[in-house]
Amino acid sequence: METDVEARSLEPRDDAEQGRAGEGVEVAGVAKAFGTVRALDGVSLRVRARSTVAVVGPSGCGKTTLLELVCGLQRPDAGTVQAPPAALMPQRDALLPWLSALDNAALATRLAGTSKADGRRAAHAHFAHFGLEGFEGARPRELSGGMRQRVAFIRTLLAGRELLCLDEPFGALDALTRQHMQTWLANALAEQPRTVLLVTHDVEEAVLLADRIVLLSARPGRVVAELDVALERPRRRADPGVQALRERALATLGGVD
Amino acid sequence: MAALAVVVALLGVWEAVALAGLVDPLLLPAPTDVAQTLWSDRSLLAPDLATTTWEVLVGLLAAIAGGVAIALAMHLSPVARRALRPLVIGSQAVPVPVIAPLIILALGFGFAPKVLLVALVCFFPVTINLYDGLRDADPDARRLLRSLDATRWQTLRVLEAPGALPAAFTGVRVAAAVAVIGAVFAEWSGSDAGLGHAVLTANGQLETSRAFAATALLFALAVVLYGAVALLERRVVTWTPRTEPGGS
Repeated sequence: METDVEARSLEPRDDAEQGRAGEGVEVAGVAKAFGTVRALDGVSLRVRARSTVAVVGPSGCGKTTLLELVCGLQRPDAGTVQAPPAALMPQRDALLPWLSALDNAALATRLAGTSKADGRRAAHAHFAHFGLEGFEGARPRELSGGMRQRVAFIRTLLAGRELLCLDEPFGALDALTRQHMQTWLANALAEQPRTVLLVTHDVEEAVLLADRIVLLSARPGRVVAELDVALERPRRRADPGVQALRERALATLGGVD
Repeated sequence: MAALAVVVALLGVWEAVALAGLVDPLLLPAPTDVAQTLWSDRSLLAPDLATTTWEVLVGLLAAIAGGVAIALAMHLSPVARRALRPLVIGSQAVPVPVIAPLIILALGFGFAPKVLLVALVCFFPVTINLYDGLRDADPDARRLLRSLDATRWQTLRVLEAPGALPAAFTGVRVAAAVAVIGAVFAEWSGSDAGLGHAVLTANGQLETSRAFAATALLFALAVVLYGAVALLERRVVTWTPRTEPGGS
């Protein structure tokens, strides 16, 4: 099996080349309420194909609801959502504790009916690349928080969908690991561009990763402002441009709180 | 090991009470007497032990099969849930000593009514624990599977069923511990073999130490059965850390 896997990892990853680059996300005038609680109120936003949009807002502003709408897990009360099939990366990694890291990463392929061996091979091709080599057989509880997130991200990639919906992907990690993972995700997306809708409450994360930032107000969520992030990549936390944009976004958010 | 120490200590106290002549040996024989009887009456007790063990094993397996079927039906179908839940709960409302003679009356003195009674005692913890376990799947994982267009069957197989295994094993362990109760009441209500029957006849003949010996075997049977299930669980459910407070 080893040799098989090594050979495979040298091939180009077919899932990165797939997907038509014409399918973005179009959310128009969307409202959603749960009982008397209005989660979203007239939210419109757009994610161009192969670009990353970060949605930032205070907790409880309906960010997760927005992702569920885009992923087709909920229907809007009003407005329209147009999006290609999406792969969701939930807030907590949602790895299955009884599966090995490799089988967790291959979960989407298994559900799609790919054979177990093929799914594992596809997952393993990403393992070395994402610094997970040697942990294929480890159960999730044996992995660090950062590793678990990377396994969850491979699982999201292998769903083979053009659109990735990331729900506070690093919210549960400690500050240092989170910074690591943000850099890592920026690199991963630079190598394998996807259409990404990233939900976060971390403004800096948004500035580092996104092409465009959408700021939401507290519940019910409304779009307060949109910021273009026209900064060179790779971006560093200490870059003056990153700092300036971060301050601007925080000031805008601070004004609505 | 600690359990053994407790048992030895209890037996020691009991032995001391008997040696001191505080109670009539006809009412409470000394543990050493019971042990002696266990050995001298072994050819009498062995077939009874085999009979009861067999009743308990078949009944427990039947309970697991039935419990899994009922729990799955209740989990997958709201109609089945509404139809079965009152029956499942009601089945535990009638005391075993009450229902045992009725079942013997209906099914006769053979093997079947014993198995049925053991199964009746055992299926409840299996059903309820498994049913709860199936429902308790991580909601995040549920959303994830839904976003990946998993079918109902895939969700059950990939997420709910493995997730419910620890709870199901808890149910089976409880069932293993109480299975013997069903067998004994069934035997008391009508049979010519088994440890329950042995207790009854020994009592009738004022062979108190043999009644105690048979009871000791029932005790051992339940403990061994429980231990076997716990061992199996440890081999199957390998993903949850089993840390015990205060060290091993």
